[in-house]
Amino acid sequence: MDSILRALADPALLAIVALSFQVTGIALVIAVVAGVPLGAVVGLTHFPGKRLVTLVLYTGMGLPPVVVGLFVYLALSRSGPLGPLGWLFTPAGMIVAQVIIAFPVAAGLTQTAVEAVDRDLRLQIRALGATRWQSGWTVLREARIGVTAAIVAAFGGIISEVGAVMLVGGNIDGQTRVLTTAIVLSTRQGDFALAMALGIVLLLLTLGANAVLLQLQGRRR
Amino acid sequence: MSAPAFEITGLRHRYGVRTVLDLPHLEIRRGETLGIIGPSGAGKSTLLRLLQGLERATEGEIRFNGAPLCCPAPVEITRRITTVFQRPAMLDRSVRDNIEFGLRLRGRRDRAGVQALVDRVGLTALVDGPARKLSGGEMQRVAMARAIATGAEVLLLDEPAANLDPANVARIEAIVREEQVHGTTIVLVTHNTHEARRLAHRTLLLIGGKPVEIGPTDAVFDAPTHPETRAFLAGDLVY
Repeated sequence: MDSILRALADPALLAIVALSFQVTGIALVIAVVAGVPLGAVVGLTHFPGKRLVTLVLYTGMGLPPVVVGLFVYLALSRSGPLGPLGWLFTPAGMIVAQVIIAFPVAAGLTQTAVEAVDRDLRLQIRALGATRWQSGWTVLREARIGVTAAIVAAFGGIISEVGAVMLVGGNIDGQTRVLTTAIVLSTRQGDFALAMALGIVLLLLTLGANAVLLQLQGRRR
Repeated sequence: MSAPAFEITGLRHRYGVRTVLDLPHLEIRRGETLGIIGPSGAGKSTLLRLLQGLERATEGEIRFNGAPLCCPAPVEITRRITTVFQRPAMLDRSVRDNIEFGLRLRGRRDRAGVQALVDRVGLTALVDGPARKLSGGEMQRVAMARAIATGAEVLLLDEPAANLDPANVARIEAIVREEQVHGTTIVLVTHNTHEARRLAHRTLLLIGGKPVEIGPTDAVFDAPTHPETRAFLAGDLVY
């Protein structure tokens, strides 16, 4: 127990936590800003190819992170199409990988949440004089519990993800080492106290982030 | 005779190959209450959705205040019409927020007016509570108040008192009567012939999407000219 507490007080841990939050936070914002509106539009409208878009989103929700990591690695590698960006083994590359993982989760679950809003209520909103935008915004607001769940799921999927960030970031000490990759490394090195400390921090961060999101949701009980 | 609020010409509406509504001509006069009765599947609710602009007719034309209501109708026009559905769908907000909703969509606020409306529909004590916790009758009164608060000149009522207890039916009908006094054009779809008789100035019987008989309510009920009307009113029409 003492060794875990000592590990928790290690300043290096703070840097790892900060980088984890930076990478996951930026990736989550990008995924939510792009994914929630897309999910809402797909959920609220009918258009040719909607089933295909839905299929792609739902498939994206189940993408194995390590496979995403592999593709992003290849794209960012020197000979890859995005090689000139120089993002391989950088936080920027890790963000790209996490956005690809989180985006379909945010979009797909938002679509499901919007589609679950009572059809009669959607008709009523229009019959009360809502414009298309007002109607969409009102339905999205009615689906806020589901949308919050989408954001929580997207966050949970990337804060705890290890395969993609390991491949794309390289787990470089002080540069691309985040909580999950640090846990893997500590465990392999037999430093279970540090691994446990990192694990506790990861759990607490996840708990705290979910608590904040639930508070923002303003759910009435 | 009042100028028509709605004028329907050659209206046909189909779902797939099934024609659900076939109305060669219908005028709904400004300030009147038109009751629409008929068996299930007669096209009554479909007609209301077309009048509200929620669906586009397959064929024919609906004119509202002389202008075509289509293609789609601009929101400035459809905002002059509003609908209360049979099942009152509440926003996950307070009673007050629900009633103010239509006004806010129009960028307006009228706290005093809304409060007066809340009092009028007998929901004063419940106004700050969640609308979804109300009983069915209370929700329907919220739905009525919400529609009236918009200031729309046409109120489309799709069986607003169905499944309500007698006390709530009386309250809903009282609200409708007050709107009649204010000159609101009302189209009342109902299964309840007694309700149509109590509230409608004229009554239209629809069967199988087609108009069977239309006329002053008393005439339709007391001296129906069509055998199907007589059968429907006698309860002999199996549906």
